[in-house]
Amino acid sequence: MGEAIVITSGKGGVGKTTTTANIGTALALLGKKVCLVDTDIGLRNLDVVMGLENRIIYDLVDVTSGRCRLGQALIKDKRFDELYMLPAAQTKDKDAVTPDQVRDIVLELKKEHDYVIIDCPAGIEQGFRNAIAGADRAIVVTTPENSAVRDADRVIGLLEQSKIPAKLVINRIRQNMVKSGEMLDIDEICGVLAIDLVGIVPDDEKVISAANTGEPTVMNPASRAAIAYRNIGRRIVGDMVPLMQLDEKDGAFKRFRKFLGIG
Amino acid sequence: MTEKQHIIIKGVKEGLVFLLDDQCSFDDLLEELKYKLEKTHQQLLTGPLVHVNVKLGARQTSDEDKEQIKAVIRSQGNLMLQSIEADPPAEGQGSKDRQPHVLTTIVRSGQIVQYDGDLLLIGDVNPGGAVLCTGNIFILGALRGVAHAGLLGRQDSVIAASLMRPTQLRIAEVISRPPEEWMSEDAAMEFAFLTEGQMQIDKLSQLHRIRHHSIMFK
Repeated sequence: MGEAIVITSGKGGVGKTTTTANIGTALALLGKKVCLVDTDIGLRNLDVVMGLENRIIYDLVDVTSGRCRLGQALIKDKRFDELYMLPAAQTKDKDAVTPDQVRDIVLELKKEHDYVIIDCPAGIEQGFRNAIAGADRAIVVTTPENSAVRDADRVIGLLEQSKIPAKLVINRIRQNMVKSGEMLDIDEICGVLAIDLVGIVPDDEKVISAANTGEPTVMNPASRAAIAYRNIGRRIVGDMVPLMQLDEKDGAFKRFRKFLGIG
Repeated sequence: MTEKQHIIIKGVKEGLVFLLDDQCSFDDLLEELKYKLEKTHQQLLTGPLVHVNVKLGARQTSDEDKEQIKAVIRSQGNLMLQSIEADPPAEGQGSKDRQPHVLTTIVRSGQIVQYDGDLLLIGDVNPGGAVLCTGNIFILGALRGVAHAGLLGRQDSVIAASLMRPTQLRIAEVISRPPEEWMSEDAAMEFAFLTEGQMQIDKLSQLHRIRHHSIMFK
């Protein structure tokens, strides 16, 4: 029996879908059987980020309405044999499925996979309730912005009410802005939200280009965000990995540039 | 009829005093009042005109409820209702309400904790969260959200926090927000109180000078 993890944030645009795609791929890299589930019905993106859009035949709503079996709707990833995804419907809206239906599907997927990673839509309405229905635990994604932290706090409160343990990922950290005091730092965010940190991801332009080409960032070891996502994957499976040193790496890079005479 | 008496009728020089119990339900009270006047205390109603004072104790009664009491008493021909009095709310906080309610939680965005009496919260209040109390609020943790003490108008209520970084503070009807009105550097171990209708902040160590009667931990 596997474990279901919902990736949620409350606020939109903080990187839920990117995080889902990258954590899922990172777990597949570690040799786990993974299934990604997109519950953002009506605004599906996960398939685009994974580069699997053109392989969709059936979707989540087709499964719940009985037009196909669950196995028929699963799409196998082009890079990994043990990585699958269940796409959301694009034509319906969040009310097209109920929390009970999602719970049944997630339960079914947990039998076959080590990890079921659920991509949650923004907001705290029906779509959110659907997404967390089958989850054993949650990863809350936030960025170092007050508005994102506020929404993350709200979502953590709702998850606590549903007895779902949550951990935190801080996405898109710009170390130079943190240093100059323009951006919230990690300790400040953890102090407010008061939950365990499972990873920090530096802001990286490669994430954007990777999402546009349908190749998760985590596949590119030259990207610092990729290393961060791989670390998160290892922490999820239970390894002890120290937090990424954002400063030191920057320093080493700068020293190297200085050495070359271009820094 | 109920075993316990909720109404005590006393004779004084001016007339009669009705002492109404302030713990039982209002309906029970009204029921018993009717019963006593109509059944058991007939002798009162046959005599000459009598002045009546009603004392409600600590009970907070709406005007409608007071009207109901008046109506019952007036229905008896010879009773002249002079006054209905209740103890002022500040005094009405009986000794058992002095015991602060202890709560261990984080009040997150969108959550509201409301409590009648004093509250000791062990944990933070995050931005978007709110703590509302009729008495004092003491927070062992960071106050980053909204705190409202003296919800029903007690001006002597205070709000204390280990870390005072609120979005807004309210005591009784006074609403105040940092940083325009007040803000200190470290914000550690402070409390807010009202002086002449103005919100003020001071170190917790000064609390005994300003509100020496407000905390009575037993």
